[in-house]
Amino acid sequence: MQIRWLKYFTALALLPAILLSAAAHAEVFEKTLSNGLKVVVKEDHRAPVVVQQVWYRAGSIDERTGTTGVAHMLEHMMFKGTKTVPPGEFSRRIAAAGGRENAFTNEDYTAYFQQLQSARLPLAMQLESDRMHNLNLSDAEFAKEVKVVMEERRMRTDDEPHSLLYEKLMAAAYQEHPYQHPVIGWMNDLLALTAADSREWYRTWYAPNNATLVVAGDVKADDVFKLAQRYYGSIPAGKLPLRKPHSEPPQAGIKRIVVKAPAELPYLVMAYHAPELRDPEKDWKPYALEVLAGILDGNESARLNKSLVREQQLASQAGAGYDSTSRGPAMFILDGTPSTGKTVTDLEAALREQITLLVKNGVSEEELKRVKAQVTASEVYKRDSVFYQAMQIGQLESIGLGHKAIPVMLKKLQEVNAQQVQDVAREIFQDDNLSIAVLDPQPISGEHKHANMGGSHDLR
Amino acid sequence: MTCAKFFTTALFISGAALFSGAALATPHIQQWQTASGARVLFVEDHDLPMLDVAVDFAAGSGFDTAEKSGVAGLTHGLLDLGAEGLSEDDISRTMADIGAQMGGRFEPDRAGVSVRTLSSVAERNQALDILARVLQHPLFPEPVLAREKTRLIAGLKEAETKPESIADKAFNKAVFGTHPYGFRASGEIDTVEKIQRTDLEEFYRAHYGAKGAVVAIMGDVTRSEAETIAQKLTLQLPAGGASALLPPVNLQVQSSEQRIEHPATQSHILIGAPGMARNDPDYFPLYVGNYILGGGGFVSRLMEEVREKRGLAYSIYSYFMPMQQPGAYQIGLQTKKDQADEALQLTRATLREFVAKGPTEKELKAAKQNIIGGFPMRIDSNKKILDYLSVIGFYGLPLTYLDDFVGKVDKVTAAQIRDAYKKHINPDAMATVIVGAPIVVNPQPASGRAELTPTEAKTENGK
Repeated sequence: MQIRWLKYFTALALLPAILLSAAAHAEVFEKTLSNGLKVVVKEDHRAPVVVQQVWYRAGSIDERTGTTGVAHMLEHMMFKGTKTVPPGEFSRRIAAAGGRENAFTNEDYTAYFQQLQSARLPLAMQLESDRMHNLNLSDAEFAKEVKVVMEERRMRTDDEPHSLLYEKLMAAAYQEHPYQHPVIGWMNDLLALTAADSREWYRTWYAPNNATLVVAGDVKADDVFKLAQRYYGSIPAGKLPLRKPHSEPPQAGIKRIVVKAPAELPYLVMAYHAPELRDPEKDWKPYALEVLAGILDGNESARLNKSLVREQQLASQAGAGYDSTSRGPAMFILDGTPSTGKTVTDLEAALREQITLLVKNGVSEEELKRVKAQVTASEVYKRDSVFYQAMQIGQLESIGLGHKAIPVMLKKLQEVNAQQVQDVAREIFQDDNLSIAVLDPQPISGEHKHANMGGSHDLR
Repeated sequence: MTCAKFFTTALFISGAALFSGAALATPHIQQWQTASGARVLFVEDHDLPMLDVAVDFAAGSGFDTAEKSGVAGLTHGLLDLGAEGLSEDDISRTMADIGAQMGGRFEPDRAGVSVRTLSSVAERNQALDILARVLQHPLFPEPVLAREKTRLIAGLKEAETKPESIADKAFNKAVFGTHPYGFRASGEIDTVEKIQRTDLEEFYRAHYGAKGAVVAIMGDVTRSEAETIAQKLTLQLPAGGASALLPPVNLQVQSSEQRIEHPATQSHILIGAPGMARNDPDYFPLYVGNYILGGGGFVSRLMEEVREKRGLAYSIYSYFMPMQQPGAYQIGLQTKKDQADEALQLTRATLREFVAKGPTEKELKAAKQNIIGGFPMRIDSNKKILDYLSVIGFYGLPLTYLDDFVGKVDKVTAAQIRDAYKKHINPDAMATVIVGAPIVVNPQPASGRAELTPTEAKTENGK
């Protein structure tokens, strides 16, 4: 799977991911093997189960023009066999152990996981460590699997008007930064992608010193370290290429795009460039933005739903999303669907009015307190999911902040004050910093519609 | 999350399936009835300082009428949009103030409301006080209903442009005819338009009675506290109540194939028929059998044939939806238009082969290993246990269901699976819907909007 917009989509409904962070962080242990593999263990003994996740610091951000989608393609190929494990056998062995497994790729990383009874952890480690360095990337398997990925692209993007709109919006909003490319890759690049491309990607990035192993559940840290040494310890470190810096220049003027696709309802997205978290101790803007997202859209009575959907009835849905944790430059996103009889212009005006109110009057102590109460409660709820706790550790390790940032981030979120929220709103909500995308719905029948789809099958 | 692998749609079956692991202690379920007649299932667990409560009623979309489908959904949707002494804003704001989360469930059989809260007394009391009022004294305010109807109709219009929604609607109609399981859960544009506030009030009085209510409580409270909570949530529920029994489903579906035009790049294909009810004696053979055919993620036969061997689809699955009456057995996939017919034939052939011969011993062994070995992960969180309490309570499953599950799975034989499939699934009597169908196969003049009316519907006679 690829999850490029997952973080924004979920943020629209829930509190931003970072808000759901760690208490009980005391039970986290870490060790780095001599080959550079960092092992992080979160003990949780509530149930006799364990999750293993291996996170590679290689995502679409590391791709080059012409071979976009290769990170995600390799994720698929990782299930296609090694020197000693035939194609499909990985999944069969995990299934036979009662396990579940999968993988996901996004802009910043690629991760693989298995959930199973804690006694079966050695099996998961044996298989996962094997494919870290013994993958057999055959032309024949590649040829079949790239077709699957093209189907995935059709399903997730080409035939999904909102996804298509986000893809085109990001391509417009980022001028230089690789975040302009979709994680799943452009169809043209998928059509041209070769097994050799995936082999090169694998050779370049799949190495213990470019990975984090996270194990969470009913295990003892010392046992996990021993197992990790046994299964992963002998894999040689790779020589990682120098990562070129990427930047995004100031936008210098509003950008507007229109996307036509078969749909009934129009849709509006306003994306503002925004800072991401770099120094968990010293930064304050990303925390203020997380709180701001909560004030706008953290619950049903938050500003956007209360004002636009319930009171003014201008929108049938309105949301805000921001994720401070990424390797590259972040976005603060507002989105909405106009009510019947209203237009995207009406909706844009209403969203802008909300921004003006924020910038002019700031936020109330009550709103601030409410968001912080939600953060506190979410900390407790988070402990009901071992998988989620492991996800959070792996993600923060992969983007370079490290899991030790989790308690720091929580503390800093609680320290955000109303003035900071107002200040950061004033700073980022500028037209020069804004890209707007509008979905222009097209009827689903009629010949011109086929032309509008620009369907991928036309490319073959 | 949907992954490298696939979109899981094994919804109901996995939700309803509880296993007990070899050495695993299953949660100790306590059960009683409240003074008003509601059934309570409770697991006491103090590991985390939190509490989950869910209250379910036989008030799903299956209790709608054809004339006013959507009443059940709007009744459920408006419960927390205004209750005695509380505006919709009061409800959501007050819950957010204490970090409590309100959730809901709306299915063909069940409608329910749930709350997750910190278990500390002040937070817990505030959250449960709101839940109690939402359940027992909803107001269904006129202006809120008007607004929600407008939003719902907008959503329905949008749904009619989406290939997956178009396919679902045509599929349910083909499989269930006029049975309420065939209604769209949220209603139709013209039926929703007709719905009045009194419809909601009547539906509420008839279907949200205490006697049919199931209260599931999981987490950090004592038995006596749980008793007080259950009492408080149900004492003032409506006294009367309509029958919770749904009409029987006609199991004999005529073989049909609908091809519906759509400009999407992929065809969305659904194949199915009525499957099994929750209390079917063949539940376990069918459950295990379906795991082998199309429920077992990457290791299922359909996945192997359609995706792994030929790269014809990203997602392909099959599932039973066991409910009070037999819910659908459904196989679904999406594939590029010009290979839709190839994928469809392959899928049908795979199903036909499976129904004719059943699984191999090797497949059966692998299925049992996975289902039994994976049991601990079915009950590894409060949320999952809560869901099981609700299912056990609602469908009247034995309290030992968890303890018995592994044994029942383990006893299933290949012959039982083959016999059960033969009895329940007839490959020659299934409904097929293809949205975004390859046009070349059945040339058809574009007839205005490719509405939900099939551009071609033909009857197949066995083959």
